[in-house]
Amino acid sequence: MTELLQRILPTVQKPARYTGGEFNEIKKDLATVRVRLAFCFPDTYEIGMSNVGMRILYGVMNQVDGVWCERVFTPWADMESAMRAHGLPLWALESQDPIRMFDMIAFSIGYEMSYSNILNMLRLAGIPLLASQRPGLKNMVFAGGVCTFNPEPLADFIDFFILGEGEEVNREVLILYDQAKAQGWSKDAFLHAAAKIPGVYVPSFYRHTYHADGTLAAIVPLEGAPETVTKRIVEHMDTAYWPTKMIVPSTEIVHDRANLEVFRGCIRGCRFCQAGFSCRPVRRKSPEVLYRQAVETLENSGNNEITLSSLSTSDYRGLKELTDALIPYCDENHISLSVPSLRADNFSRELMDKLQTVRRSGLTFAPEAGTQRLRDVINKNLTEDEILTTCANAFSGGWSSVKLYFMLGLPTETDEDVLGIAELVYKVIQVWKTHGVNKKRGLRIHVATAYFVPKPHTPFQWEKQIPPEEYLRRCRLLKSHFYSRSIEYDYHAPDLSRLEAVFARGDRRLCAVIRHAVESGARLDGWDEFFRYDLWLDAFRACGIDPEFYTTRGYGEDEILPWDTIDVGVRKRFLLQERHKAYAGQVTPDCRQGCAGCGANGLLKEAQCDG
Amino acid sequence: MARLLFEKTGNAVWMSHLDLMRVFQRAFKRAGLPLTHTQGFNPRPSVSIALPLSVGVESRCEMLDFTLDGVQVPCQEIRERLNAALVDGVRVRDVYEGGRKIKALSLLDCQVILEYDRGVADDAVAHIRDLFARESLLLEKRGKKGTSVQDIIPLIRRLQVAKIDVNTLELTARICCQEPALNPAQLTAAIGAYLPEYRPDFARCCRLEVYDSQETIFR
Repeated sequence: MTELLQRILPTVQKPARYTGGEFNEIKKDLATVRVRLAFCFPDTYEIGMSNVGMRILYGVMNQVDGVWCERVFTPWADMESAMRAHGLPLWALESQDPIRMFDMIAFSIGYEMSYSNILNMLRLAGIPLLASQRPGLKNMVFAGGVCTFNPEPLADFIDFFILGEGEEVNREVLILYDQAKAQGWSKDAFLHAAAKIPGVYVPSFYRHTYHADGTLAAIVPLEGAPETVTKRIVEHMDTAYWPTKMIVPSTEIVHDRANLEVFRGCIRGCRFCQAGFSCRPVRRKSPEVLYRQAVETLENSGNNEITLSSLSTSDYRGLKELTDALIPYCDENHISLSVPSLRADNFSRELMDKLQTVRRSGLTFAPEAGTQRLRDVINKNLTEDEILTTCANAFSGGWSSVKLYFMLGLPTETDEDVLGIAELVYKVIQVWKTHGVNKKRGLRIHVATAYFVPKPHTPFQWEKQIPPEEYLRRCRLLKSHFYSRSIEYDYHAPDLSRLEAVFARGDRRLCAVIRHAVESGARLDGWDEFFRYDLWLDAFRACGIDPEFYTTRGYGEDEILPWDTIDVGVRKRFLLQERHKAYAGQVTPDCRQGCAGCGANGLLKEAQCDG
Repeated sequence: MARLLFEKTGNAVWMSHLDLMRVFQRAFKRAGLPLTHTQGFNPRPSVSIALPLSVGVESRCEMLDFTLDGVQVPCQEIRERLNAALVDGVRVRDVYEGGRKIKALSLLDCQVILEYDRGVADDAVAHIRDLFARESLLLEKRGKKGTSVQDIIPLIRRLQVAKIDVNTLELTARICCQEPALNPAQLTAAIGAYLPEYRPDFARCCRLEVYDSQETIFR
């Protein structure tokens, strides 16, 4: 008879995301496997399979002798209901085995609002949520990813965190676990040994105490745990592992194309950007290596599209050399090359012209703020002139649509800055009136504002988030100044960004809140149709926690921060100095114009920072 | 133009028609077999699959039309190279030049497996046989333009019912598959609608072979 899962599959949307079996999937003979690892991404298959980090680490971990790393994604709500109705526990794609049989459960976390999915996946797997309820080596839960640079809101659930880039450290951890399992170590013995591996943070080895006002009084390392844990990086990108035999999904995913990472880190230093600071130092890959990896990746996947990714691809020094080599290859093989996140400089404009296959539908800018004053405060080195010149060129080349992204609630923002957005948008319309070639088609300007979320390890990590009502007032103010019918203005309800702010800078006391929310049904928070703000507000109330403490309060400069144990390479002193420069309206030039001395180059032992 | 005959089985049945097109486009590329591309704004490798198969349905007789771009490769070699580049469950059975116009495709043989968790009732076979021996069987059909009522009897050329084990019945039928078409799932739906006491706990379908209107095998 047909087994349970096969009977459920016809009843759910997009069943192919639950079955595995894609081209280049890694299967192993269980007789050779000593450590089974469930690599979980706390969002759907379509999102998770689009994540480059996930693909790199899948390859890295499967290269470790005796280890079989399999993939697990968050089931969609229809599948979740069916699993609960039939008592079907969460399984891994490759073997289709329940993950509660597995030795290790790993999570890659890139978004705070996926925390509920992490707990929900453990629940669906039948694995106890609290680390303290998992006594043995079995079902050891660990996590990494950019969110874990402030791991505290997950401290009760995750046995250990791996900070920074996982190419080397994941391997070291798996080898240690293999040994621990073979020799029958206790969980405690394993965690002690793991904590000695640079980049591994074991939250249960730290005691957090609080003042009466709720701020942190002390973080005490216990049992010889290090005072701070420094994130790991890969020094030499040219020799770093890169998966050229990537899994080719059999069903459509969000970024359904080959993806090539051209460099790591960012030279820009936008003061709100967590990736910009926490992914430093800058390490490049050489165009020769990239060209070879691009061709191999394309040939092994059969994709007809490849994208060059990084935090700011225009800043890749080898971009001209790489695209000069890649464009002919792509043309010859009917492959479209896309280069996102290009800046509005001359070379990028030339490049855009050369990429014939680039879809001419959209031109996107993220000025983030409406006035030059505020752009200086946030150190976003994009001038009005650059935006208007690029628009003029694009309009005369036949483009007729622009997207402009801004944030509201940035430090020092006034109504004048908010209205500056409307003015900038009007200038873009004027430019179109002078330069647009196809007037009949009309111009479409899509404006979107996001609610500013202060993030840890940025110069704005101490900032207040403005109250949600104030955010909405600014949105309405802006909206009332958009008169043209060409403008389409989108702003999101502030609820999700408010929670994001709570968890981004949260401490351990939030563990109870997350657990409460999940046990009342919170999951898939990143999806509008499932996000239940009321569940979260109930959870705060039930746990006696005021979300304002983490949002509108702001953090004191001499306050102990929950993430002070984590060292991402950039000195706290530098972040503070950047904060003060922000308030003085002073910009910090990008790293290429002169090293600002953030300290991240200290993470490099042999290589030089390419900033 | 060349045509390939392939099967879709196992977990591959969960791929949609569009998924399957992409899977083939990429498999051709991996196999080093360049396809001609569609014209226009966003050129795509052109492959065309006859009679889209519903998600969840197995088949041993799917057909895909393609044209290689500027290379000559023997059919046998195309088959081997593609099979090496394809995912589990999608397997090319045969590759040949030309082939008849898809318009001439008219009938197909299908197998429907009906599973009864508490065992097949003694009189189920007889009742189901009688059901499909009726003069007409009206059933709701959901299409792109909403629901309509379809008489499925004229669309069934022949149908057999057999008990294959304690829990399982097998229907094998030759049915119309193009203008008009009968979705094999409607056979199960007819049992559910007219003989609710014999509604199976689970049903699955498989396409076995395709024919023209004269019932000669279509290739």
